[in-house]
Amino acid sequence: MTNSICEFEDADLFLVTGSNTTAQHPLIGSRIINAVERGAKLILIDPREIPLAAFAELHLRQNIGTDIAVLNGLMNVIIEENLYDRQFVADRTEGFEALKAAVSRYTPAVVEMITGISAADLTRAARMYARADKAMLAYAMGITQHITGTDNVKACANIAMLTGHVGRPSTGVNPLRGQNNVQGACDMGGLPGVFSGYQPVSDEAARKKFERAWGVEGLPAQAGLTLGGMLEAGRKGALKALYVMGENPRISDPNLGSVDLALSSLDLLIVQDIFMSETAALADVVLPAACFAEKGGTYTNTERRVQLTQRAVTAPGQARADWEIIADLCRRCGLEAPYTHPGQIMEEIRSVTPSYGGITHERLSKTYGLQWPCPNREHPGTAFLHSAQFTRGKGSFQPSDFTPQGEATDQDFPFTLTTGRIYCQFHTGTMSRRVDLLEREAPEPLVEIHPEDAAKLGIRKNDLVEVSSRRGSIRLKADVTTRVPRKVLFTTFHFHEAQVNLLTNPACDRTSGIPELKECAAAIRRCP
Amino acid sequence: MERISTICPFCGCGCGMHLMVESGRIIGVEPSPGHPVNKGMLCAKGWGAYEFVHSPDRLTHPLIRKDGQLQESTWDEALELICGRLTGISARYGPDALGFLCSAKVTNEENYLFMKMARAAFKTNNIDHCARL
Ligand code: SF4
Repeated sequence: MTNSICEFEDADLFLVTGSNTTAQHPLIGSRIINAVERGAKLILIDPREIPLAAFAELHLRQNIGTDIAVLNGLMNVIIEENLYDRQFVADRTEGFEALKAAVSRYTPAVVEMITGISAADLTRAARMYARADKAMLAYAMGITQHITGTDNVKACANIAMLTGHVGRPSTGVNPLRGQNNVQGACDMGGLPGVFSGYQPVSDEAARKKFERAWGVEGLPAQAGLTLGGMLEAGRKGALKALYVMGENPRISDPNLGSVDLALSSLDLLIVQDIFMSETAALADVVLPAACFAEKGGTYTNTERRVQLTQRAVTAPGQARADWEIIADLCRRCGLEAPYTHPGQIMEEIRSVTPSYGGITHERLSKTYGLQWPCPNREHPGTAFLHSAQFTRGKGSFQPSDFTPQGEATDQDFPFTLTTGRIYCQFHTGTMSRRVDLLEREAPEPLVEIHPEDAAKLGIRKNDLVEVSSRRGSIRLKADVTTRVPRKVLFTTFHFHEAQVNLLTNPACDRTSGIPELKECAAAIRRCP
Repeated sequence: MERISTICPFCGCGCGMHLMVESGRIIGVEPSPGHPVNKGMLCAKGWGAYEFVHSPDRLTHPLIRKDGQLQESTWDEALELICGRLTGISARYGPDALGFLCSAKVTNEENYLFMKMARAAFKTNNIDHCARL
């Protein structure tokens, strides 16, 4: 996120797309609602009638997978009507002419044809966003989990730069990160191409620095495989061993049938977790880990706030903190790991990671966390990014074209299936499904279908239905509701009883490797 | 009763909360009143965030598959086995026959150490996590 969560309170306008914010980020969702009640405006771009829709001045329900056309259309109106921020574009950006040319084809009439959003609504939304003083753009997996995910993200950045809606309090572009430490896992170099602090492995100076710090030689310079790439290599026999710490790819990944094939083709599968997850059940070695309440350490939230937690209770049985397990294993494998406390690991992190340079457990214990970049011990942290310039100096517009990318529907699979999350469950459910309160509220998986489609197929609320795609099928109950548009089905991936990722499309965005979880062709029928 | 400060594990908002601990067990949570993200509030997930901690289903022993079954073992045996097999596979097929998945749910320190292990001990950049999911 370029801004902080509390800045949502003071925005004048929100443009929310691809984020079911009240379900996924409840405390951000409630800030948006409070701001709207105080007079701020909300524009929602989402195919489904999510709870935020009730608070939106405008709800644009685009056809699934047409986000780029919507955003290009908005930008076209903004440029055509001279509503863009000339000063900002001149001083802080480059590539405006190319953007202008690229979006000029996306007239409101054309966009209406592609996206199903009326020309009038599109124009109104463009004017509202451009004219707002403090406008917050927020998006989540609805933007990124597409084959065109990277282009979608760039289009979001383009529209914010075009209107100068970046780099000020309550004004910016805010990707909302889902799990509690997704941000931190990325910051720490849990990615194939970068060390901690996004220092590329291909950069010789970076490699030398880490070799010196770690007392090793010959760190590999080639970026490694993404998760999808590793699974593919597993299926082909090129990857022989996989060590999984605290993840459950057998529920969360697309096209589960082929995930199982990859995992069972391995010579060695190691899973370190707090529960016997579906993935752990396939493992050759399972290591019991301590959970968040049984160890100390830091997590980085979606606003880049690094926060310290303390140990509250002891871990059950012989379970050990993940860092203790890894340190022990490193020592057995000949790598020095003299840590007796996570604070010492943070000292090492800050010595090699400029953006975390000023972050110590000691400082964190006296504050509500520090937001990186925090380069030195005197630095107070950074509430919003890009105030004077972008990371690369000038912001460069990178336009892209709309191309229909999703799996085509046909006679056999006439529906578009999209997936997401609900308020009362978390990710693959290994933790949240063991919380009584949450199980009471959301005990079973449901698939949403529009009443007209349901009537044609003789499906009533709570009927058991079978949903299938070209890859598999699941059974679950139907929820007949206008939350979804016609010809669209929606369900979540929290429930092992109906693993929707048996159905989803593993095609990925070429740049980021994010799978297309938001769109696949599907069929539905009532179970006899 | 003790109050231990922590962060809710259920989403990227990172709300501040206190775990209320009595005789070694967590008996409830309390939102942190001054925390800039949640200012004394929690959502339903946050209020229930501690319940799974003492679940009887928690893993309590290292397990190793023997004769097709996962069987209880010791840390020594499990870690020696992992170290030996990973080193062996790497020697035979090269370091890129190994893959490592770190976690969007564990701490920064743990993710850093895991990434260091993959890169420094096993010389592979095959490291990723479920950020994209
Ligand atoms: S209390 Fe709710 S909003 Fe806050 S971190 Fe937990 S799940 Fe997210």
